[in-house]
Amino acid sequence: MSKLSFREPVGVSVRSATKSYDDFLALDNVSLEVAPGEFVSILGPSGSGKTTFLGILGGFVQPTSGSIHLGTVDITYAPPHKRDIGIVFQNYALFPHMNVADNITFPLRARHVPKSQWADKLEGALAMVELSGYGQRQIHELSGGQRQRVALARAMIFEPRLILMDEPLSALDKQLRETMQIELKQLHHKLDATIIYVTHDQREALTMSDRVAIMNKGRIAQIDTPERLHDWPADSFVASFIGEATLLPVVRKSADTAALGDTLLRSTQPVPTGDKLFLAVHSEKLIVSDGNHDTNVNVLHATVKDTLYQGESIRVFITLDTGGELSLRLPSNHSGRRLLKQPGEPITVLLHPDDTVVVPQA
Amino acid sequence: MAVSHTGPEILHERREQRLTLLLLAPALAIVICLLVLPLLWLAWQSIRADGGFTLVNYQRFLTDDIYLISFLQTFRIAIIVTVVTLLLGYPVAYAASMAPRHWSVLILAAVVLPFWTSVLVRAYAWLILLQRRGLVNSALMDMGLIDSPLLLVNNEFGTVLATIHILLPFMVLPLYATMQKIPRELTMAGSSLGGSPVFVFTRVFLPLSMPGVIAGMVLVFVLTLGFYITPELLGGGRTFMVSMLVSRNIEIYHEWGAASSISVVLLLSVFLIFRLSTKLVPFERIMGTR
Repeated sequence: MSKLSFREPVGVSVRSATKSYDDFLALDNVSLEVAPGEFVSILGPSGSGKTTFLGILGGFVQPTSGSIHLGTVDITYAPPHKRDIGIVFQNYALFPHMNVADNITFPLRARHVPKSQWADKLEGALAMVELSGYGQRQIHELSGGQRQRVALARAMIFEPRLILMDEPLSALDKQLRETMQIELKQLHHKLDATIIYVTHDQREALTMSDRVAIMNKGRIAQIDTPERLHDWPADSFVASFIGEATLLPVVRKSADTAALGDTLLRSTQPVPTGDKLFLAVHSEKLIVSDGNHDTNVNVLHATVKDTLYQGESIRVFITLDTGGELSLRLPSNHSGRRLLKQPGEPITVLLHPDDTVVVPQA
Repeated sequence: MAVSHTGPEILHERREQRLTLLLLAPALAIVICLLVLPLLWLAWQSIRADGGFTLVNYQRFLTDDIYLISFLQTFRIAIIVTVVTLLLGYPVAYAASMAPRHWSVLILAAVVLPFWTSVLVRAYAWLILLQRRGLVNSALMDMGLIDSPLLLVNNEFGTVLATIHILLPFMVLPLYATMQKIPRELTMAGSSLGGSPVFVFTRVFLPLSMPGVIAGMVLVFVLTLGFYITPELLGGGRTFMVSMLVSRNIEIYHEWGAASSISVVLLLSVFLIFRLSTKLVPFERIMGTR
């Protein structure tokens, strides 16, 4: 049984890609550098331009300006069938009139690969997606997860230099989706292929990717590692999109301080300049003070508005004395309950300067 | 409050069935009275002579040359019309299915528009266009392309041409209906996997459009078999289709038995064609209900 071997993976370089339709800018000066073998997700809400971006990479949409390089080759105007990109479509796009084997060998037939090599490659592709022996099945006989695997095998059998995936798991149920996420990740390691993965599911993007590009209104708002996206969002859109941070308007006071009402907050990260700034707070960064705390942490005084028991944790909604509402989590254990206050009672919460993130408006 | 689930539901279902039957009844009655009974009467006519059973009307199919000639010509015309409408209609339906919405509406409107003119009017229009000193011949002669008028009408050519014109929508519409349902992602996938446009068309689009092809072909073929006005007006006596054979037998010879037997044979061949085609495509798809 032959193993699918990929050619040396290549990087992708999108330079200032713009796509405009009449008066609508679907893609606004997007640049993206993907390293060979990297797994990059494109994450954004619907209408953010990620479908157009995928279309430009796949060759189905011509950019108004800008260029796309695959390795050193300019493919900006190459037709889809000459791009050497394997695409896994959202609804699998399997050919209903062909069986599994014919679907998977379609790229070999299209590329005039000698028939003598088909059997080995087919065998390898089926084994890779754990569907050995399914070659003669009809597509309508397969479950959603199996169809997904066939689509993967079909996109990989011709050893493309880049694999694009367009929300490949969105049609699967939650449990299967999580299993497939792990499988895709393993497959990525095994193949050492460059993968660009489009999704609107942030958890999926954060768990699977080396880096994630957040798209908003036709632009890439930020491209970073999952950790940095979460901890150091570039603007208010990324902050509220990833991990659903609460945004509170603040005023810049110096390079490392900002004022929330009359409370001065210190940050270990430089505070950006600009008139519209926000403090981005994730609920897990807030700590309830037990009275003893370092002098260098930021202290916020508030009143408990409501508490919500959520099994493993207790969510506490607070109203700041300076105005604005935040929520935090306490573990539902002894130490958590010890710090828990009843609605109406005052509470002191701490925000470490390392966790104090000030972002400009998107 | 405990409510039995089965009781009211079954009652409701029965009431719905009764209502459906009631709604169908008038149409069903009309079909039975005006179609099924006359057809049975027709079949009965063809095997009756002088108060007894006879097969003499059917024997004529084997003995009388005109029967064979007429049936052969009818089937030949039907085959030509079917093939040509397919060749003409496929690109039109393809363009309509691929074009942006407002363009496809325009294309389909152009296809369907002639529907609103009567077959008789269109036959005369073709006559005016195609006759010896018609528009087409005089234009060609004025341009110096021909010296003497071409025989464009009062023959099989004119009949076939006008029939194609009339039946083109019956080819385009089922083709369009099928093509429209082919997901664009499939052809996109085909090309992303390395298929050239021709390869993707022949391997993906064409096979998936086959139900529409067969539906359109069956419709056009069957409709052509029964064409009467067009060959009568444009055939110039040289075209002698089965429907004309029926009418001659009644108008000239008053041979109801002979006319009936021809109709029965034609009807049976239509049934046979339908039967064979439903082996390839389910009946619902031919009628465009699925």
